[in-house]
Amino acid sequence: MANLAQAVRLALHYGETHLGVTDIFGEDVGPPLEGVFTCTQGLKKTWNSPLDERGIIGTAMGLALAGQKPVAEIQFCDYIFNTIDLLKLAGNSYWSSNGQWNMPMVVMTPHGAGIHGSLYHSHSFDAWATRLAGWKIVIPSNARDAYGLMLSAIEEPNPVLYLIPKALLRAKGEELIPGEPENDADLRKMIDAPVMGSEARKTWQAQWPAVEYAPIPIGKAKIVREGSDAAVITYSRHVHMAREVANELAAEGKGEIRVIDLRSLHPYDWECISQAVKDTGGKVLFVNEDTEVTNFAEHLLRRTIEEHFYELRSRPRACLAKHLPGVGLSPTLEEATVPQKSDIKRELEAMLDERF
Amino acid sequence: MAKNQKAFPVQPFKDKDFALRFFKLMTRTRALEEKLIKMSKSSDGFFWIGGPGEEAFQVALGLQVDKGEGIEHDMLHLHYRSNGCVLSMGEPSINFIRQMRSVETDPYSGGRNFAAHVSKKEWNVVPITSTIETQFSVAPGTARAQWRAHKEGKKAGISIVLGGDAGTAEGDFATCLIWSSRPNEELPLLMIVTNNQFGISTPASTQHGEKNIADRGKAFGIKTGLADGNNPEKIWSALRDALEYVRESRKPYLLEVSVSRLNGHSSSSGANRVDGEEDCLETFQKKLEKLGWITAAEADKLHEEAVAEMNEGHEQARKENYPSADSIFDHVFAPKKTE
Repeated sequence: MANLAQAVRLALHYGETHLGVTDIFGEDVGPPLEGVFTCTQGLKKTWNSPLDERGIIGTAMGLALAGQKPVAEIQFCDYIFNTIDLLKLAGNSYWSSNGQWNMPMVVMTPHGAGIHGSLYHSHSFDAWATRLAGWKIVIPSNARDAYGLMLSAIEEPNPVLYLIPKALLRAKGEELIPGEPENDADLRKMIDAPVMGSEARKTWQAQWPAVEYAPIPIGKAKIVREGSDAAVITYSRHVHMAREVANELAAEGKGEIRVIDLRSLHPYDWECISQAVKDTGGKVLFVNEDTEVTNFAEHLLRRTIEEHFYELRSRPRACLAKHLPGVGLSPTLEEATVPQKSDIKRELEAMLDERF
Repeated sequence: MAKNQKAFPVQPFKDKDFALRFFKLMTRTRALEEKLIKMSKSSDGFFWIGGPGEEAFQVALGLQVDKGEGIEHDMLHLHYRSNGCVLSMGEPSINFIRQMRSVETDPYSGGRNFAAHVSKKEWNVVPITSTIETQFSVAPGTARAQWRAHKEGKKAGISIVLGGDAGTAEGDFATCLIWSSRPNEELPLLMIVTNNQFGISTPASTQHGEKNIADRGKAFGIKTGLADGNNPEKIWSALRDALEYVRESRKPYLLEVSVSRLNGHSSSSGANRVDGEEDCLETFQKKLEKLGWITAAEADKLHEEAVAEMNEGHEQARKENYPSADSIFDHVFAPKKTE
């Protein structure tokens, strides 16, 4: 099974050979490094940019306006904040021009904590991103979705923010990407570049497997575990934590927990969320690792309360990162800041115990 | 000589017909700006911003661009003092008036954006933004597409980006200098800075230590030029040479153009006529009168005709509807071709 970084690479390969991707660029995206997380190794349309996030976003916008199909990378989402006004312009170009100028561009960027990245390699951008009207926002939790969501992002005529959970980049998938070799070693041999600086790297070329057109639709959540005693609505790396907790609670005989992977933050799959609220009587827990004040989950909580108030038999909850200026380096600090398995389990147990 | 220059006389301002055509476009631009200011002051529109004082430069630019849709033509990243440029390209004056009145017939934004925020896909005029200088971060993208097309042997225009002197303090200006001059990938991009010596109310002399903004291009090996934007003949030649250089060398050029700002920054400063600024329209009229190509009475008549044109447009726009409230949800997302 491909890991998530390999899945992104396979999708970009498919994009540049079948879907018209013209430019894959950003800091260290092209040779010799080909991506700090290896996501762009072996590709043909890559190039290195100056160390200038505004230039990266602006150039992607210009390429899109010129009818090209760019995929730009911001090396870590921690460094995307100085491009906010450009992101707003990319999101409003079609609207402000009354339907004349759409902006078909993809911006991919790793997000989130989990690798002990300290203040500027642990940020989340998902809550901020959901305020960027005019953008579609996707966030895969596994290799298969990473592949399919990237194909959909590339095919979009609108700007798409593709958030990559950096802590999962080396995580192997559980589902084969159509066309991917079944043996991990075979895939590594085909598409993983030799160590940078080695003689082998100088002449290396990827041998691409014949991966297939297999998009995952934007806006469609996935139920990764069934259950109707309570539900966790989450995305990114917390999908895996939630599923582990759900399995533990089931084994302990405390209840069956539904786990929903949203996959897209905008548009988001309200139908799937709404059904979970109905099926559990409101025992829904929203989980993500962005800071808790004006978090996107608060919007989902508001809709849950406004649209399902008379169906609630419990209070819906959110388990989010603390509202702090940063994520500290020490494991004790990081774990106390962003939601851990123990936090999710505590909230779910309290919810399961709640009786009116 | 670049291909599109063949449309003009070799020495245009020695040609009476051309000079009078140029003067008429300047006159119409001025009348348009005066109409828009009046509308903003009489509650028949909201915020005004525009370019009175830049007519000579804007008309010279509008006449010399390669107009069309797609990267084989020039891509235009203009700013909010560019009405004269777009009018000279052949745009009907009523459309600027419609945008000021924010009616649904506003072809640039459907009543959504301020006056002078033109957007016209069929002429490659990308949406003009209120954010200062961001166009200088976006322009390298269109220029890169044209750089690539030219390298592949396809027809490709150039990109032209325009902004004011105060905006060059933003990082986007540095972005444009760096991204357009990357070794072996220099971009066909004409950067133009109109220098009116002010950022809203703040004199440039109190904020900028550099002698000329154009000098900043020299550090990147970018060819630079200075031009007098109040003199139609001089700015025409400066633009012709700069455009020709970029079209033929496929490399960037930074042109700094000195211009007047006759009505202050915008509505925010009252939009009233200020003293002490050269008026390029008056200067040019005197020159034409001296040549015997126009009389004061004929110039007055041209102005009256232009005012009548704007009044007629205004009357029409007043009859047109404001956008419906439910149109706010239109054009949030572009549909996929198959949808």
